[in-house]
Amino acid sequence: MTEHLAAGAYNFAYLDEQTKRMIRRAILKGIAVPGYQVPFASREMPMPYGWGTGGVQVTAACLVPEDRLKVIDQGADDTTNAVSIRRFFQRTAGVAVTEATGQATVIQTRHRIPESALKQGQILVYQVPIPEPLRFLEPRETETRKMHELEEYGLMHVKLYEDIARHGQIATSYAYPVRVEGRYVMDPSPIPKFDNPKLSGNPAIQLFGAGREQRIYALPPWTQAVSLDFDDHPFETSKAPHDCDLCGAKDSYLDEVITDDQGGRMFVCSDTDYCAGRRARGMKGRLWAPEPEGAA
Amino acid sequence: MYVAVKGGERAIDNAHEWLAEERRGNPAVPELTIPQIREQMKLAVNRVMAEGSLYDPDLAALAIKQARGDLIEAVFLIRAYRTTLPRLASSRPVDTGAMAVDRRISATFKDLPGGQVLGPTFDYTHRLLDFTLMAEGATPDQGSPSPLKGQGRCEDETRAPHVTGFLNQDGLIEEATPSDTMPPDLTREPMELPASRALRLQALTRGDEGFVLSMAYSTQRGYGRTHAFVGELRIGTVAVEVDIPELGFAVEVGEVELTECETVNQFKGSRTEPPQFTRGYGLVFGQSERKAIAMSLVDRALRWQELGEDFTGAPAQDEEFVLMHCDNIQATGFLEHIKLPHYVDFQAELELVRKLRAEAGAMQEAAE
Amino acid sequence: MITDALEGGFTEAPVQSARAFREILEAMARPGTIRRVQGATPPAPLSIAAGVALLVLADPTTRLHLAGEADCPAVRDWVAFHIGAPLAVAEDADFAVGTWEALQPSLRFRIGQPDYPDRSATLIVECDRLVNHGACLTGPGIETATWLNLPETAAFRANRALFPLGFDTLFTAGDRIAGLPRSTRVEAI
Repeated sequence: MTEHLAAGAYNFAYLDEQTKRMIRRAILKGIAVPGYQVPFASREMPMPYGWGTGGVQVTAACLVPEDRLKVIDQGADDTTNAVSIRRFFQRTAGVAVTEATGQATVIQTRHRIPESALKQGQILVYQVPIPEPLRFLEPRETETRKMHELEEYGLMHVKLYEDIARHGQIATSYAYPVRVEGRYVMDPSPIPKFDNPKLSGNPAIQLFGAGREQRIYALPPWTQAVSLDFDDHPFETSKAPHDCDLCGAKDSYLDEVITDDQGGRMFVCSDTDYCAGRRARGMKGRLWAPEPEGAA
Repeated sequence: MYVAVKGGERAIDNAHEWLAEERRGNPAVPELTIPQIREQMKLAVNRVMAEGSLYDPDLAALAIKQARGDLIEAVFLIRAYRTTLPRLASSRPVDTGAMAVDRRISATFKDLPGGQVLGPTFDYTHRLLDFTLMAEGATPDQGSPSPLKGQGRCEDETRAPHVTGFLNQDGLIEEATPSDTMPPDLTREPMELPASRALRLQALTRGDEGFVLSMAYSTQRGYGRTHAFVGELRIGTVAVEVDIPELGFAVEVGEVELTECETVNQFKGSRTEPPQFTRGYGLVFGQSERKAIAMSLVDRALRWQELGEDFTGAPAQDEEFVLMHCDNIQATGFLEHIKLPHYVDFQAELELVRKLRAEAGAMQEAAE
Repeated sequence: MITDALEGGFTEAPVQSARAFREILEAMARPGTIRRVQGATPPAPLSIAAGVALLVLADPTTRLHLAGEADCPAVRDWVAFHIGAPLAVAEDADFAVGTWEALQPSLRFRIGQPDYPDRSATLIVECDRLVNHGACLTGPGIETATWLNLPETAAFRANRALFPLGFDTLFTAGDRIAGLPRSTRVEAI
């Protein structure tokens, strides 16, 4: 389908100007009220709802021709949906693309925050499936809107506390809710809680787009986003207790890869750019061997 | 030795190539043309137009061809195209009273002014496979168009009055007051709840036929029962008119085929209203009568609050439930997205479960 | 008059509005930073930056209030031709443009609703100049503290006290633009 997006057939960055204005207004209101979900008239995009239409619309509204775009899914640049979205913007906006986190001006992501620290001038756009942190406790939008209005977040604390009573710890490992600047409770999208500390005080602009659910929200730079916890059960990050088998990193989030049917497994950085960068600087993990000649 | 998975781009290109081949099928079989689909798969075309919210039989036929007959995929193609189209004007409300009727039936009156017209319906066909349709080249004579086509189109009388209008004369049915309020546009503004009836009807008419059907069926089985009679079902074409401010009058820009269903529902009365019949309404592009009837039942069920009825907890009464889940493009996108990689969140869950199990095991050991 | 109104818009709207939006986004996301925008030459008394902000953000779906000298035939015609935003009284406006004096009293602008704080006005305040000294700003978007020559502090402190309600502000001077969202804490020095 994207083959038909010949140059000139569609507007710069695909969306028409009126749609972009509508999205841009929503982004600015999101910036002004950090963590609050701004309703926006999400458009039907030429890719399915649930596959990043919110992120794509936010990215489309932010891109300039001079941008260098990086798209990752699960931390990786080469997963098929990341490839597909990156191509979409190469065709419709003609922007340069990169896999290097440090080189990118706009990064669209699904489920991860890059390992390398972001910096001023960068925008991180998250694809969000369910923007409402209270949705699984209260399915009704009419109710959750009231709860946000009245700062009634007791239900969320009850849920987390029930976890502790039952499991001895909070049994939420991803999409772990944060409180933004002491006001709105926000869903950080399904990033592992390992990534939560990077949400807070980040020098980059963080924008969140949920297309199907028609919501945009934002964390301006240097905004405080505190993971919910209790005094006697403070928030803790977690990752597989291993080093990366390719680059040896001890501090990165790891994917588990099953290598045979005998229980063999290896752990590799989920952030492919981070891992490749370390290997390029000569760092080696337990199982690293250079790619064979001629390999794809 | 492990080599990181590469080649997403090539995989996608190959998949697209293969898809094109599969779409075409056996090249020895002649390729379907758009006119063939438009004329001979008309009800599929109608459904794609209705749920795609775009009245264009040729584009709907193209979408069906491109989608290999997957109608939800075809609706998706139409929606994605529709969203890029400029809004040139808003039409005046169509006048279904002036419909050139191909089919018009009432389940509440044996006869009525304008008459009952059965029209091209499956209703009384015996559902037996017609093997003559299978015989190659033995297509029944195309002949001249049916002399019955448009038999409900009265030459002398240009209007077919609505059945509910007769009841209204006697004050037996609630008044439906016309309004000039600009209806909201579901495709240009985010959904806000509670929704107006206009917005609900808009969501239902483009909602998934299967979903709306099942909701309607559930009301018939007692989950939010509305005691519906089909006051009238009519199918035909209406003129679409647009006001031209420079000219000071409206001009006809084309015509569309519509199915309209008005149900007449029992109502025991409330504190402010005497016992009278109430209405449910369905209006859908094309000949889509299952959808129109279902829509009118769901519309009526959703009106419980306005009519002072009880909320029984039935799904079809629950506005938020119905409106947030009737769109098949939203539904299928989100449903199918779970086949995308979730390595990262799954890994987080894996670590958590391992940790919880280890701790539970340690506690058990300590207890023993 | 009519020919003037036809000029001064974007010549290449998709790209020019994209670049200008990025500057406005940076301005609003980093309160107090002064950015430059270009591409529009609106009629006097509008500044380039105010004209650009309107072209980027306003359209027929948003209500615009022209305050004081900005409410003149040349600006009205220009807005009608390039933007199409319906003009509105201050109380109904999504966007308002004028000098700080002309916009007074600022309390009349929409501050949003408790369940929809986004339904609030954005003020485009025309200034003689923008410099990084004056009131001290802290809050989201600011690492430690920054400074901006605000026309006053009391009104913005009162606005901050309404958080999460409140209006949001863009300051414009020539081709320069700075942002002050409702989330920013303001202190006179």
